[in-house]
Amino acid sequence: MTLLIDFAKVFLATCRDVLPIIILITFFQLAVLRQPIPHLRRLVIGAVLVVVGLALFLAGLERALFPLGKIMAAQLSDPVFISGAGEASGRVNWKDYGWIYLFGGMIGFATTIAEPALIAVALKAGEVSAGTISQRGLRITVAAGVAIGISLGTFRIVSGTPIFIYILAGYIIVVIQTIFAPKKIIALAYDSGGVTTSTVTVPLVAALGLGLSSTVPGRNPALDGFGLIAFASLFPIITVMGYAQYTSWSVKRARKKYKEGENEV
Amino acid sequence: MKTRNRQIGLPSRALTDKKKAFAGMRLLAISVKKLRAAFSDLLPIILVIAFFQIVVIRQPLPQLTDVLIGSMLVLAGLTLFIQGLEMGLFPVGEAMAHALARKGSLFWLLIFSFALGFSTTVAEPALIAVAQEAAEIASKGSLIPDSEISIREYALGLRMSVAFSVGLAIVIGVLRILRGWPVHYLIIGGYVVVMLMTAIAPEEIIGIAYDAGGVTTSTVTVPLVAALGVGLASIIKGRNPLQDGFGLIAFASLLPMIFVMGYGMIVFG
Repeated sequence: MTLLIDFAKVFLATCRDVLPIIILITFFQLAVLRQPIPHLRRLVIGAVLVVVGLALFLAGLERALFPLGKIMAAQLSDPVFISGAGEASGRVNWKDYGWIYLFGGMIGFATTIAEPALIAVALKAGEVSAGTISQRGLRITVAAGVAIGISLGTFRIVSGTPIFIYILAGYIIVVIQTIFAPKKIIALAYDSGGVTTSTVTVPLVAALGLGLSSTVPGRNPALDGFGLIAFASLFPIITVMGYAQYTSWSVKRARKKYKEGENEV
Repeated sequence: MKTRNRQIGLPSRALTDKKKAFAGMRLLAISVKKLRAAFSDLLPIILVIAFFQIVVIRQPLPQLTDVLIGSMLVLAGLTLFIQGLEMGLFPVGEAMAHALARKGSLFWLLIFSFALGFSTTVAEPALIAVAQEAAEIASKGSLIPDSEISIREYALGLRMSVAFSVGLAIVIGVLRILRGWPVHYLIIGGYVVVMLMTAIAPEEIIGIAYDAGGVTTSTVTVPLVAALGVGLASIIKGRNPLQDGFGLIAFASLLPMIFVMGYGMIVFG
C-alpha cells in the first residue's frame, strides 16, 4: 500500500515536470505553427511511457537504492570502521580512507551507467555519428570520468585541501585538451559533463559528501559537502576528450603503419 | 535563416497501416530486448553494492525485500523510459526543430528556446529545494533579514534567476547552432567568468551556485533539448549534427552558476 502511495506521489511529480513541455508544444503547434502534429498517437504513447517509466524508476530508486547507498556511505565513513574501535578520535590520516575512495569511484561509475539522461544523449550521439561513437562506449567513458572525479572529491574532503585548486587544474586540462582534441567531439564532451549530475547520481553522491564531511574531524558539511557534484561534472569532459584523442591518434598510427608496409612491398 | 530546401522524410500513411498489424508482436519483442539492456545498465550498481556488503562491510543487507521490490521497479521504469524516449521525446524535439526552421522565423525559434529552458526549470522540485535551503542558510548567516517574507523573496529571486539563465542558455545555444560559432570559445569563456566570480563572490553562495548548475538539467528536459539541437543542426546548411548539435546542455549547466553568483553578489552587496 505504501508502495502505491509512493508511486502516486512520484508519478504526480513527474507529470508536473512534463506539464510545461506539453503546454509549450501545444501552444506553439496551435498558435504559431498552426498545423496538426504529425504522428500524434505515437507521440502521446511515447510521452505516457516516459512519464510512467520515469515515475517507476524514481519510486524504485527511493525504495531501494537511495536508503541503501546512504546507509553504506555512513557505514564506510564511520570513524569506528575506519580506524578501529580503539582510536576513534585523533588526527585524520588520508590513507585510512581507502575504502571510501574506492566506494565513491565505483558507485559513481555504476550510477552513471544507469543515468537516464546520459542514455538519452548517448543514443542521440550514436545516431548522428552513424555508429562511430558507440553509445555504450560513450557511457563507459563518461562513467570512468565520474568515478575519477568522485574518488578525487572524497580524497579532497578527507585531506581538506581547497576545492578551488582542483577545479582550476581541471579546467586548465580541459582548455588544453580542447585545443588538441578532434573538433567534432568537443560539444558532446562538454554536454556529457552536464548530464552526469542527474537523477541517480546526485542524491547518492550528495549523501556521500555530506556523510563524509560530517564524520571526518575538522570538516564542515555546509562548506565541504557540496563539492563532489562539481567534480562529477568536470572529469567526464576530460575523459571523453581524452578517449577521442586516443582513438584519433591510434587511427593515425595504424594508417601510418599500413602505408609503411605498402612501401616495403 | 537558411534551411535546406527539402521535404522532411516522414514515413507514408500506407506503410504505417501495414506495420500496425505487426505492431503488437514487434513491441513485445522489442520490450524483451529493452528489458535485457536495462538490466545490464543496472548490473554495475548491483555488483558494487553486493561487493561492498559482502567483502567490506560484512553485514546483512537491511530491508532486503524493499531493495528487491525497488530494483524491479527501477528495471521496469528504465525500460519504459527508454522506449518512450524513442517513441515520444526524441521525435517531438526533432519535429519542433524542423517545423520552426521551416517557418523561418528567428523570433519564434528563440522564443520557443527560451520558453523551453525557462518553463522546465522554474518548477523543478530540485531547484525549489535548493533555493529554499539557500534562503535559510542566508538568513541564519544574517545576510538577509530573518523574516518569512525576506526568505521567500530571496528563494523566489534565486529560482527566477536560475530559470532565466537556463532559458537564456538555450537561446545562446540555438543562436550558436544557427550562426556556427565554435562551442569551445563560449564554454571556456564562461568557465573563466565562473572562476573569476568564484574568487570574488560571497563564500556562502558558491556552493549553491555550483549545485544550481547540476539541478537544472532534468531527465525529461535533456532528451528534448538534445533532439532540438541535433534536429536544428541537421537541417541547417553547413552544420554538422555531431559537431554543432550538441552543446545546449553544457550552456544550461554553465550559465546558472554565473547567474546565481551574480545574484548573490547583488543581494549581499
